[in-house]
Amino acid sequence: MTSYPENLKYMRSHEWVRVESNGEAVVGISDHAQAALGDIVFVELPEVGTIVHLRNEIAVVESVKAASDVYSPVSGEVTAINEELLETPEMVNKVPYDGGWFYRIQLSDETELDDLMDAETYSDFCDEN
Amino acid sequence: MPIHYGSQVEEHNCVRTAAGVFDVSHMTVIDVDGEDATAYLQTLLANNVAKLKVLGAALYSAMLDENGGVLDDLIVYKTTSGYRLVVNCATRVKDLKWMAKHASGFSISVQERPNLSILAVHGPLAISIVCKILEKNEFLGNGSGEKVRTLKNFQSIKLNDWFVARTGYTGELGLEVILPSEQAPSFWDALLDEEVKPVGLGARDTLRLEAGMNLYGNDMDENTSPLSANMNRTIAWEPDDREFIGRDALKNHQLEQKAGNLAVLVGLVMEARGVLRNGQKIICTELSGEIAEGFITSGSFSPTLKHSIALARIPTNTESCQVLIRDNLIPLRIVEPGFVRFGKKIFT
Repeated sequence: MTSYPENLKYMRSHEWVRVESNGEAVVGISDHAQAALGDIVFVELPEVGTIVHLRNEIAVVESVKAASDVYSPVSGEVTAINEELLETPEMVNKVPYDGGWFYRIQLSDETELDDLMDAETYSDFCDEN
Repeated sequence: MPIHYGSQVEEHNCVRTAAGVFDVSHMTVIDVDGEDATAYLQTLLANNVAKLKVLGAALYSAMLDENGGVLDDLIVYKTTSGYRLVVNCATRVKDLKWMAKHASGFSISVQERPNLSILAVHGPLAISIVCKILEKNEFLGNGSGEKVRTLKNFQSIKLNDWFVARTGYTGELGLEVILPSEQAPSFWDALLDEEVKPVGLGARDTLRLEAGMNLYGNDMDENTSPLSANMNRTIAWEPDDREFIGRDALKNHQLEQKAGNLAVLVGLVMEARGVLRNGQKIICTELSGEIAEGFITSGSFSPTLKHSIALARIPTNTESCQVLIRDNLIPLRIVEPGFVRFGKKIFT
């Protein structure tokens, strides 16, 4: 059963973002994405301090099946990365919304969140495609 | 067989540490019987079935066309009435047509067995679990387990309508069980009751790659010489008057090989993070310093070794290899094809 947590926003390329207080957010990839990719074996994360713009490539996920780019659903500066993914990439498969987070980011433009999909819209989007 | 039943990596690890079952009923079983069965297969196959002295013994062989290209790879078992061949699924129609075409003049019958299923059970616990299940009255009953337990490697036995062989595609101990299709579901259920894990195509591929075994269609096809597919040892040149199809062409391949003009199939190891993929270009530096190109025939992540491995076809005088991945030139180690046996790394 694919899950779509209500408190997240989603991008068409299957990334999620969770907004926290003081303009910070957390980014990862969705349950739908990890299921499609299969067992993930390597994750390439950005460096802390990286400035990223909306929809730019920010990370790479290598599964047994394929290599896949991860695009940033928001613009800003990367403030932390989930180093645990470097050793245990399978967390992205097991807990994509929780321990499988990729990076934290200080948002530079909160209005970008309005263009992202809510859980219901994203769920419909996944069913259609 | 699906790609996986939940997690390809978990299924792979289960075969290396416990036991997994593959439904490989898509493979093609062909019985070749009759008084000319030996002579016929000695013409058809690049390996020599006359080597099979003991009932139940098996060997691995290529089947070549007249140009020495590989039509298929297969296992042959010696049976009471002749031989049993197990060939690939995708090549079924092609193989049967070829076998029929070359049957004239031989007193033989070539019979496909579509009513048989094949369940392969592999891993350190596989043989004891299968033997325990076979003892049940609904399967082969008392005494069957002991007969199967004592099978040697590349040996098979016929028990009633079942055919059990110590052959496989994983580099682990195990059995391939060819059984009447109507009994396959209950045998499958009995295996699962004993905690044998169902394993899909994805893990089958990473297991066989770790074991250095070829996959027809990836590592070789009709345009490949067996000498470029790490199959040199499967060609039985002796006796030198055995005229098998492709022999003459193969002699020319041998000359090309000696002159250094025939590509070779090698193993590649990448210790850097990342995954080698089928079709990826390999940059090969020759002994002379010249740069040439090779390519990956089978590439993947090795769950046992936790880094990427591959089989690749490269020019024969290659000294070192690199691959370009996302703008980075990454060095690779060239090794003999074969990376893991019985769960342990075997290359240095």
